[in-house]
Amino acid sequence: MSAPLLSVRDLRTEFATKAGPIKAVDGVCFDLQAGEILGLVGESGSGKTVTGFSILGLIDPPGRIAGGSVRLEGRELVGLTNAALRDVRGKQIAMVFQDPSATLNPVLSIGAQMKLALDAHGRSSATVARERSVEVLTRVGIPDPAKRLDAYPHQFSGGMRQRVAIAIALLNRPKLIICDEPTTALDVSIQAQILTEMKALARDMGTAMIWISHDLATVSSIASRILVMYAGRIIEEGGVAEVLRAPRHPYTRGLLESLPANATPGQDLMQIPGSTPSLLNLPPGCPFAPRCSYADDLCRTEPPRLTSGSRAVRCHHPLAMEAA
Amino acid sequence: MTPLIVVDRVSKRFRPSLSLGEKIAAGLGSPVETRTVHAVDHVSLVIRKGEVLGLVGESGCGKSTLGRVIAGIHPPSEGAARIDGEPIMSDARTPVKATTRIQMIFQDPFASLDPRIRIGETIAEGPIAHGLVSKGKAAAYAGEWLRRVGMPADAAGRFPHQFSGGQRQRIAIARALAMQPDVLICDEPVASLDVSIQAQIVNLFLQLRRELGLTMLFISHDLGVVRHISDRIAVMYLGRIVETGPSAEVYARPRHPYTRALLDSVPKLVTGADEMVTFKPIMGELPSPLSPPPGCHFHLRCPKVQPLCKAEAPTLVGEARAVACHFPLPD
Amino acid sequence: MSAASPVAIFWDEFKESRIAVAALAVVLLIFALALAAPFISPQNPYNLAELSLMDARRPPGFVGSKGYTHWLGTDGQGRDLLSAILYGLRISIQMGVIAGGIAFSLGATLGAFAAFIGGRTEALIMRIIDLQLSFPAILLALVLAAVLGQGKWQLITALVAAQYAYFARTAHGAASSERSKDYVDAALSTPLSTARVVFRHILPNCLPPLIVVATVQVANAIALEATLSFLGLGLPVSEPSLGMLIAHGFQYMLSGRYWISIYPGVALIVLIVAINLVGDQVRDQLNPRLRR
Ligand SMILES: Nc1ncnc2c1ncn2[C@@H]1O[C@H](COP(=O)(O)OP(=O)(O)O)[C@@H](O)[C@H]1O
Ligand SMILES: Nc1ncnc2c1ncn2[C@@H]1O[C@H](COP(=O)(O)OP(=O)(O)O)[C@@H](O)[C@H]1O
Ligand SMILES: [Mg+2]
Ligand SMILES: [Mg+2]
Repeated sequence: MSAPLLSVRDLRTEFATKAGPIKAVDGVCFDLQAGEILGLVGESGSGKTVTGFSILGLIDPPGRIAGGSVRLEGRELVGLTNAALRDVRGKQIAMVFQDPSATLNPVLSIGAQMKLALDAHGRSSATVARERSVEVLTRVGIPDPAKRLDAYPHQFSGGMRQRVAIAIALLNRPKLIICDEPTTALDVSIQAQILTEMKALARDMGTAMIWISHDLATVSSIASRILVMYAGRIIEEGGVAEVLRAPRHPYTRGLLESLPANATPGQDLMQIPGSTPSLLNLPPGCPFAPRCSYADDLCRTEPPRLTSGSRAVRCHHPLAMEAA
Repeated sequence: MTPLIVVDRVSKRFRPSLSLGEKIAAGLGSPVETRTVHAVDHVSLVIRKGEVLGLVGESGCGKSTLGRVIAGIHPPSEGAARIDGEPIMSDARTPVKATTRIQMIFQDPFASLDPRIRIGETIAEGPIAHGLVSKGKAAAYAGEWLRRVGMPADAAGRFPHQFSGGQRQRIAIARALAMQPDVLICDEPVASLDVSIQAQIVNLFLQLRRELGLTMLFISHDLGVVRHISDRIAVMYLGRIVETGPSAEVYARPRHPYTRALLDSVPKLVTGADEMVTFKPIMGELPSPLSPPPGCHFHLRCPKVQPLCKAEAPTLVGEARAVACHFPLPD
Repeated sequence: MSAASPVAIFWDEFKESRIAVAALAVVLLIFALALAAPFISPQNPYNLAELSLMDARRPPGFVGSKGYTHWLGTDGQGRDLLSAILYGLRISIQMGVIAGGIAFSLGATLGAFAAFIGGRTEALIMRIIDLQLSFPAILLALVLAAVLGQGKWQLITALVAAQYAYFARTAHGAASSERSKDYVDAALSTPLSTARVVFRHILPNCLPPLIVVATVQVANAIALEATLSFLGLGLPVSEPSLGMLIAHGFQYMLSGRYWISIYPGVALIVLIVAINLVGDQVRDQLNPRLRR
């Protein structure tokens, strides 16, 4: 295998709060190849967004990156100055947020915003900027893009705004786009359109993506490999088919089994008891142990480690490899 | 089965009040842009006693508005909703809800519980106001409903902010059930919950339905959840019902092109297949409810559109299995 | 998440601002002194029998004919100024709190009902209130005080009329946004009575901005009352409030007897500034946009 585009090792991000430090991201490790789409799934509060932000160095106090390394094409990003990070952001790594208004400025026309985004990484003439903007807007499926350049964000529907945000992310031809739940607030019909376009984009342009979502089915429809997060840690990693067919962590299996698609209508769904733990007082052992039907004393005292390799699991008693 | 709830050609329009300047302009004869939202457009449907009717559609198509009309929160602009033949809202000049037999559960349990009122009072105040329980017995009554929804009885003394989303939704369910309703209107009750909590709440609904014989309108944009819980479903598009029928049949053989497209656009995990997840996008977007297209509202996005569709709105025809389409898909 | 009550959390945060805590201490101290005035002041300044013209216009520190020291001097009638200020504060605070309280209840109820009912009623009520807010409060109070004549309740009426509109405006704004929240729809679908929805659900949730307005308005009512009294439109002369003390002392200013006017003025300013400092902190804490 070639050297990975992005290599994250033992990434740890903490937030200082009055009640004590919150380990929002705790020892996250993964590699991402050029052109690959990696899915990051987990329930809300599991640390997906903070992971994305940490890669971009967007952690502000009271948060801090407490340790670990993020290498983009071999270059260490943790510890870079803000100026150096700004240069990486947008140019090499771009981010798309759940709420497009986090990217879009309501008082600028989208053409003006796209020009600014281009100028941030080397000035270009107005004509070139315009051409490039039309090109990316076409790419994300905005009808009649040349005319829409003069429109303001509020003149677009929610789905169209998200497309514009994606287009802005594409402007500088980044090698990696981190997509943080970009379709969660959208309807399934719009989500399906965006998923299709993003898939094509990764294929045609070789852009790698980290696709963050709480929805296993959505992530699985676009990613080739997925990481499952729980309480700030990666608890399972593998190819989409492997993880869906034969989940090895009881939590992943619980999530899959609780989907209505995997049950007879009208019958009770399989459910994971309890709720996600507070990051302020995690149990000493495995954070999932209190909800896990396989947990024993070992699980309650000793935190499990993530196994190595591309099919990894963080569990003392992983489920058998054969198809579930 | 007898229809318990009858929704009879109900329309709901939202008309933003004009500013003084606009009123003067209108008075002087200049045309003022009408910004009326046709949220619900001549909808008729029935909910039979004991059944769960699922209501699906894209956001903004009017599901919540229809639910709120049936729950007696919004008076309809036209038509009427009735329970057992009795109108749900009084016909006074400012209509008020005239029944306690219909209760509602909302999408966001962080917004639907009054943050300043203890759980016990939140649950008991309705029953006390309507004489279902005396003040003296109210605490025990609230505690009993908390227990039924799987909450500890000591929750009664606490405030909403001390609970997680899933727990709050249980509390909201207890509040609705404490009114001893026959009908529950559930507006996306699991949409804002964590994935692992959704199954718990869906199971709670299934259990309560078995125990109490509830009739429900279950609104959701999550087709998987609706299918799981509903006996029948109604599909809504831009203020109109486009298809109804028994869930299994509608999911297996949708007859309206919109239903088909909507079902296709959901990513589905297909264990066993080569391509693990399948979906097909629908083209285009939901048109603005400020200016719905003429004819069939779906014709702008429909792959099978004909000239007739642009001119004339189809009506919902059929009994058990109804579809509003000039050229429905074969059954 | 702790099980601490909202009030305890609020207090924890309040404690972090030293200025606000100090201001609150000053306010509480002044309130306590004013309440205890009959027991701690050397003299009852309203009891003419206790006054002696011999002691009139004496500077601070003077030992009077009754044998005790007038720490802040005496006024034109021979009143001990410290006692007069304590009694004056008592009246000023009383007027401010009563008028503020009535204006609060009246204005908040009106604003919240208008927001809840909506339609023409709302438009009518809010237009009247807007109109009233476009006049300076002092103007309205002056006219009313002149028309109604002297007396405690006349003055309170004037103060309430000048101030309820601020509460109504604030309550209307807050209630309009509460009105669209799901918990109100939940109450309507129960259904609960309009009175219950407004008083038990909507109004309590409008309290934060109203409390902010209330602190400012109590201070304003005190200042307004002092102004009216200063202009001779306030309370009867037999019960001098701070404004009247200042007015009476004013004639002696040029003859160098500054204390008769200045000390009541200082007391008034300290009270109003302290209330406003507390109000500022409360506002900052209750304003969601300024929260961390
Ligand atoms: N600015 C912050 N201050 C304190 N805690 C934070 C902050 N941002 C995130 N967190 C905490 O980090 C955890 C992970 O959050 P996040 O990455 O946003 O979760 P996800 O995106 O998976 O829903 C949460 O428990 C959250 O409370
Ligand atoms: N109170 C309201 N005032 C004005 N417009 C509203 C109001 N409630 C809903 N609408 C509009 O009515 C339409 C249908 O909304 P809604 O019933 O919430 O749809 P859904 O629940 O299917 O997402 C939308 O266009 C929405 O903007
Ligand atoms: Mg997130
Ligand atoms: Mg809705």
